[in-house]
Amino acid sequence: MPMTRRDFVRGGVAAFTVSFAAPRFLSELAIAQGQGRRNLVVLYLSGGNDALSMVVPYTDPQYFARRPTLAVPAANVLQIGTDSSGRAIGLHPRLTGLRTIFNGGRLAVLQRTGYANSSRSHFEGTDIWSTADPSSPGGFGWLGRYLDRLPSPVDSLAAWSTTGSVPRTLLARTVSVPAIPNAATYAFSSPNGGADAGFARDSAIRIASHLPVDQPHLAFVNATAQSAFATLDRVGQVGAYRSTVAYPNNGLALALKTVAGAMVNQVGTKVFWVQTGGFDTHAGQGTNANGSYAGLMGTLDGALSAFYADLLNQGLLGDTLVLQFSEFSRRIDENASQGTDHGAAGVMLVLGGGVRGGLYGTAPNLRIASDNPTLENNGTDVRFETDFRSVYATVIDRWLGADPTAVLGASFPAGPAFL
Amino acid sequence: MAPQRDEEVAHLFRRAGFGASESEIAQFTRLGILSFSSAVSYLLNPEAQDDDVDSHIRQPGYVGITSAAFSPTSVINDARQRWLFRMVHSKQPLQEKMTLFWHNHFATAQSKIAGDTSNEEATRLLAAKASEDPGGFRGQLELLRANALGNFRDLLIGIAQDPAMLFWLDGRSNVRQKPQENFARELMELFTMGVDTFAESDVYAGARVFTGWNLSRPGSGAAQHYQFSYVANNHETTAKEFTFAIYPDGSHVIPARAASAGMQDGLDLLNAVAAHPKTGPRLARKLYGFFINEVDEPDAALIDDVAAVYYSSGFEIAPMVRRLLLSSQFRDPANYYKRYAWPAEFVVRALKEVGFTGFSVGDALTPMANMGQQLLEPPNVSGWSLGKGWFSTGAMLARMNFGSQLATNQRFALRDSFRSVNSTPESVLTEALDRLLPADYDAGGRTALTDYLRAGGSWTGSDAQLLTKVAGLMHLIMGSGEYQLV
Repeated sequence: MPMTRRDFVRGGVAAFTVSFAAPRFLSELAIAQGQGRRNLVVLYLSGGNDALSMVVPYTDPQYFARRPTLAVPAANVLQIGTDSSGRAIGLHPRLTGLRTIFNGGRLAVLQRTGYANSSRSHFEGTDIWSTADPSSPGGFGWLGRYLDRLPSPVDSLAAWSTTGSVPRTLLARTVSVPAIPNAATYAFSSPNGGADAGFARDSAIRIASHLPVDQPHLAFVNATAQSAFATLDRVGQVGAYRSTVAYPNNGLALALKTVAGAMVNQVGTKVFWVQTGGFDTHAGQGTNANGSYAGLMGTLDGALSAFYADLLNQGLLGDTLVLQFSEFSRRIDENASQGTDHGAAGVMLVLGGGVRGGLYGTAPNLRIASDNPTLENNGTDVRFETDFRSVYATVIDRWLGADPTAVLGASFPAGPAFL
Repeated sequence: MAPQRDEEVAHLFRRAGFGASESEIAQFTRLGILSFSSAVSYLLNPEAQDDDVDSHIRQPGYVGITSAAFSPTSVINDARQRWLFRMVHSKQPLQEKMTLFWHNHFATAQSKIAGDTSNEEATRLLAAKASEDPGGFRGQLELLRANALGNFRDLLIGIAQDPAMLFWLDGRSNVRQKPQENFARELMELFTMGVDTFAESDVYAGARVFTGWNLSRPGSGAAQHYQFSYVANNHETTAKEFTFAIYPDGSHVIPARAASAGMQDGLDLLNAVAAHPKTGPRLARKLYGFFINEVDEPDAALIDDVAAVYYSSGFEIAPMVRRLLLSSQFRDPANYYKRYAWPAEFVVRALKEVGFTGFSVGDALTPMANMGQQLLEPPNVSGWSLGKGWFSTGAMLARMNFGSQLATNQRFALRDSFRSVNSTPESVLTEALDRLLPADYDAGGRTALTDYLRAGGSWTGSDAQLLTKVAGLMHLIMGSGEYQLV
């Protein structure tokens, strides 16, 4: 039976009754929807990343006074120059790979990013960064709204969460985003082999085509199952990806390796979600030597460096933009548990072949004074300078080629010109 | 033939338990509790049943355990297996269900505690039973179980003094020189009143209230264990002012107290947040979503009722649950299957309905992690993302693939139990649906299932055919959307 592209997508995957192989036009469709092969990798550091340990204002005496055990010694930081306010900045000593990328002009460091009245709640804060809507953070994600505005039909792999669930950032009204933590085990098994396995898959796809309008919850689950079937075969190829460099053996690095595999296999994904945790460092933060925060920085650096090198070798660096954020930064003062509590404005990193690297924005002045505009909350927290939504707007406009005002629901002043 | 099941009782056991196996249904019939009201009182009176479920571990006739040296108080996967075993076999299913509810509510993860102590000690802190611990130590899970249907304020005090929690939210290092905000914030935001009901100043004041609520480690050798310890010298003694009432007279200020009497600060605040006007409705909404319906707009009148029961009973949990289970809304068929099954519910129900002889709950642990629920390892202090949050393509495939794994494991028993209904594909399907009771399929779904049974050759009902097709059918049902709802 001849089947058009439109029939295929409109009819859902129920139309798959003969062949297990995904039609080639799925990838073509995906590519046709994008600006070439460009993709965005959103990297979320969950728990509230301590910006002052990652991007260190190592000449500020108050930094050392207020962090007697946690301050990273000036001699240890990886100097990356001075910002526009004349303050000398250094990266955490474990970020050696990122410093190389910075020196190559492909890493932008966006200081003091945040928003007014920053939430100190992990959950509300994450929702705000996810929706770009501090006043009503319970809705669809900012990238979900971007997906909703792609020309219909939207390819089932237009976005890809590398965690076990779909983050709010990718929550869309009309697009169901797959969660694929491990491409190698993303498969449909069956109690029987041979022909019967095929019969089982046919029937499972038909059952999943039941999308009753009067039972939206059942329709949601079945639509998820449909989306799984629609992505199964293309994802299967990614599981066999052989990278050009060795990635470290940790969850973050393996997720980035999966992302690279998807790019190399041209599955057409435009937005990837990658996440790593452990940043809620209330106690025993261990910024120096082999402490726990130093470990987090080492993991981050190893994973991003391998990803960067792999994409460079594959000729895909120019198509890739990594955008890193966290739900908030941490208090300036260390607490009695050698940790830091929930704070306000933080740092965003952006890297990729199209990035105009450099140090953007200004570091906070950590001196407590009523006339110090870089602090808030009686001097305990860093005040934002760049609204994070300005950064999103730049990415939407200059990287994804969409209308930032329509996606974000408002316009924001131009932010750092990193693209 | 599977015994006829009262739809309403089956609904009750899916919601207030983990489903019911054929042998349990037969046992309920013998006990004369197959009416709805007798089943509710059975569930609400767990103390009337033997609490001997652990003694059946590794006995024939029960689901299996994978471990050479089974040690649920020191090996985290063994603790998970023991809990799954209890979910499958407990004679107190509502208590077990509420234990899971509270685990999600007071979500505490083993890995962080392991980082501060060791894997073994962290498992002990979460899962030890006092009766088997050399130091008589009781872990957090047993605290939740003991109070699962008890008094919420007592449970809250227990949690605030629970050693695992004192690691998890860093209370152990909360001292007057530098108050630690983590526990105070989550106490208000997640455990009681809810987000946007308090100010940042309340978090700072709350942190100071709990200064000195730390840990000690008495004993020696294997008996040595962590325990809650109020350290007067670490307590900040000045008055603490809140934006909400702390005392029945409306006062917002916890008075300055001598350090030696300062532990009362914390008890006063715990009492106040338990009694806060937002706490009852918030718990009522959570319980409503858990027991009645998490899909549609909640019934505001019933939530008001449940919240009123919470305050009038002095924060008792069982009366709230009773009010919900005996409500007309609970029994309304329009509310059946209006809840997305948690992975633990899905797995345990499947074991009870499809079969478990020769299956080990150890083989469910990796599938459950892929479905998004590793027991004793919630993703963060707000617990798992419920409802739609359980469903992603990867998690859905994990559910389908667990169905395949279990059906493959049970194929011989399934063949045997379907021999008496082997005459037609339709008779096989009817039996399977009676046994698994998924939400209704539409005509297309039923046809897809019978087409599967017919595919590949004409129907004979032979043993060979049943061996293939019954397992395949059970897999398809367990993997369908209709079976992901309870």
